[in-house]
Amino acid sequence: MPFGNTHNNYKLNYKVEEEFPDLRKHNNHMAKVLTKEIYGKLRDKQTPSGYTLDDVIQTGIDNPGHPFIMTVGCVAGDEESYEVFKDLLDPVISDRHGGYKPTDKHRTDLNFENLKGGDDLDPNYVLSSRVRTGRSIKGFTLPPHNSRGERRAIEKLSIEALNSLDGEFKGKYYPLKSMTDAEQEQLINDHFLFDKPVSPLLTCAGMARDWPDARGIWHNENKTFLVWVNEEDHLRVISMQLGGNMREVFRRFCVGLKRIEEIFKQHNRGFMWNEHLGYILTCPSNLGTGLRGGVHVKLPKLSTHAKFEEILTRLRLQKRGTGGVDTASVGGVFDISNADRLGSSEVEQVQLVVDGVKLMVEMEKKLEKGEAIDSMIPAQK
Amino acid sequence: MASSFTRLLSGRNTAVLLASLGAGTMATGFLLTENGSLVAEAKKKLYPPSSDFPDLRKHNNCMATALTPAIYARLRDNVTPNNWTLDQCIQTGVDNPGHPFIKTVGCVAGDEESYEVFADLFDPIIKDRHNGYDPKTMIHPTDLDSSKITGGVFDDNYVLSSRVRTGRSIRGLSLPPACSRAERREVERVVVTALAGLKGDLAGRYYSLGDMTDHEQQQLIDDHFLFDKPVSPLLTCAFMARDWPDARGIWHNNEKSFLIWVNEEDHTRVISMEKGGNMKRVFDRFCRGLKQVEHLIQERGWEFMWNKHLGYILTCPSNLGTGLRAGVHVRLPRLSKDPRFSKILDNLRLQKRGTGGVDTAATGDTFDISNNDRLGKSEVELVQMVIDGVNCLIECEKRLEKGQDIKIPAPIAQFRK
Repeated sequence: MPFGNTHNNYKLNYKVEEEFPDLRKHNNHMAKVLTKEIYGKLRDKQTPSGYTLDDVIQTGIDNPGHPFIMTVGCVAGDEESYEVFKDLLDPVISDRHGGYKPTDKHRTDLNFENLKGGDDLDPNYVLSSRVRTGRSIKGFTLPPHNSRGERRAIEKLSIEALNSLDGEFKGKYYPLKSMTDAEQEQLINDHFLFDKPVSPLLTCAGMARDWPDARGIWHNENKTFLVWVNEEDHLRVISMQLGGNMREVFRRFCVGLKRIEEIFKQHNRGFMWNEHLGYILTCPSNLGTGLRGGVHVKLPKLSTHAKFEEILTRLRLQKRGTGGVDTASVGGVFDISNADRLGSSEVEQVQLVVDGVKLMVEMEKKLEKGEAIDSMIPAQK
Repeated sequence: MASSFTRLLSGRNTAVLLASLGAGTMATGFLLTENGSLVAEAKKKLYPPSSDFPDLRKHNNCMATALTPAIYARLRDNVTPNNWTLDQCIQTGVDNPGHPFIKTVGCVAGDEESYEVFADLFDPIIKDRHNGYDPKTMIHPTDLDSSKITGGVFDDNYVLSSRVRTGRSIRGLSLPPACSRAERREVERVVVTALAGLKGDLAGRYYSLGDMTDHEQQQLIDDHFLFDKPVSPLLTCAFMARDWPDARGIWHNNEKSFLIWVNEEDHTRVISMEKGGNMKRVFDRFCRGLKQVEHLIQERGWEFMWNKHLGYILTCPSNLGTGLRAGVHVRLPRLSKDPRFSKILDNLRLQKRGTGGVDTAATGDTFDISNNDRLGKSEVELVQMVIDGVNCLIECEKRLEKGQDIKIPAPIAQFRK
């Protein structure tokens, strides 16, 4: 919360046992990692902007578990959170990101030319392709913690930067406050807009405060390149289009991102990034590339195959419903995307999606013909 | 030496520098805190109150009506002794622009001192909400002598149930929007220990929300005994649902006619209720029970938050004074369809709600009818008004049954000046 250290020093009058949360019924990464010892060690700390341990973990206390996915259960309030609370966040990061160690280095690669293929996914199956990531602007605190003044400053800066984009990226900003209900509904149905914040994962972390103040969506005229401002992160950058040309989607993604970054640098504002954690975002699950590259793909037969989950795991992919996270699939159409974020580069992650989806479409076609797919099941990537 | 050097660095650089010098995490944390206050100062200059002032143009609650940029600028950087701020008080009103049924208050207190430290905002809200009551000059009467009540036994054909509730806060502990887990658990401990001393018809048992089965919980909700899981954004945006269901629970006597909610919107909500129309007995038990609970808490060195201007101090400014809502579930099939119904209620200083409580609509012809006022009139006065008012409503209903016309009663005067 942006309210100084929120009562924190006063709490120190109570013992650790008295303040320690009851996590016995909880199943999220934070609950698995947090011990009384760690709590005791970190409870009197705060980041320079006043973010505390209890701020970090509140969402995980209030949300014991999620039906579809194992949630993280903690958030960062600013860049320094990952440093000041590393005794908690390093093990959470390790659990979430396949054993990533505090000494590991993360590779960033936004050269779209390094991607092989990706322009030939069968549009009879692959209905749409999309790549998203997030970016945080250095020098500001993050959505769980920022005040209205800060959030507005982030919005103002973002609008200036985005309005100076041209060519295929020329576009317009739509502040959430002045959008009509009809416009908003249309943008949601087109999969362009972010939800009104009803998920308790977000609301308990303080990210919905002052809604819809300083929130908005910017998109180019073709609606193929979009930026969300002040939702779960400062910026979410999205490239998308109908059909299966993931290569083109990724090209536009990389080019657009680089342009935006240049403009921010000209204003003396870089993105939060370091060589250990890559791009710094609100949720530890999005560290590294923050990249989710995915398709909406029709897999009615494959999705009911006994080995579907295993195939996804081996391909390092995950499935979601077509409403995004927290939804179930409709009509055999799945949202398939990369599972990894940290420890591999953007190019590597999109490559996994491209190769994996291509393989799954071929499997689907085989199953349509009544043939077996056992020989096609890949080794663990 | 070290401290003047580190003042030149940002917090993060400090951490890196100290880590490289081999300083332990404890020292790093300490210096980050020390440096933190300087960063906070710089931040206040970078973001003056005008940059933080909320956009309330589409808002319709008491806070939005009362909060001006000048008041915000004066109060933004103040804190109560527990470090509670104005922004925390008003967050719920910023996040909830308006309510379909009632004009909400739009702010909460985090502790007893909030009403003092942020008086420039709370006083006009109190005036707005409580019919012009001025906390600076007026005295609130407290009167829990139920023997003064006349009448109060309603016709069971119309009145299905009777209920009186209030809240009490434990002095010295932060209120639900602000309390830490340890404080909340302490409230629970203080209250439950005291309640164990109740005897006779008031003897009962505590049920912790965390240990209740889903079945028990649903039964208690259906009986109108239990408080909701916190889904209303009015509560959640005011931070009152944190750590749910830790240290929340319900105590009730064996007869289920005297109940106490622990750590919902207030430290305690005290409820006396029964089926049928014997409001007098309900209020007798209410006063008796409250006095005994107060006595039991005082034995252990605790007391309720109270002062002569604001009466009993509760989380929401709308509940100051008596914190009392006395009401009945009453069938008024004909009167409720009469176009004069609202005006009659207004004049009697009564409000209607659905039978699910606040935020619900009525089902069928049965309404929850209760007092509008909380502050500036005593408990006895308010309950008497409800009794007289409900009698009037039943009279109207009976007349309409016989095909007779009804008269709108004269409006009741507001509190003594």
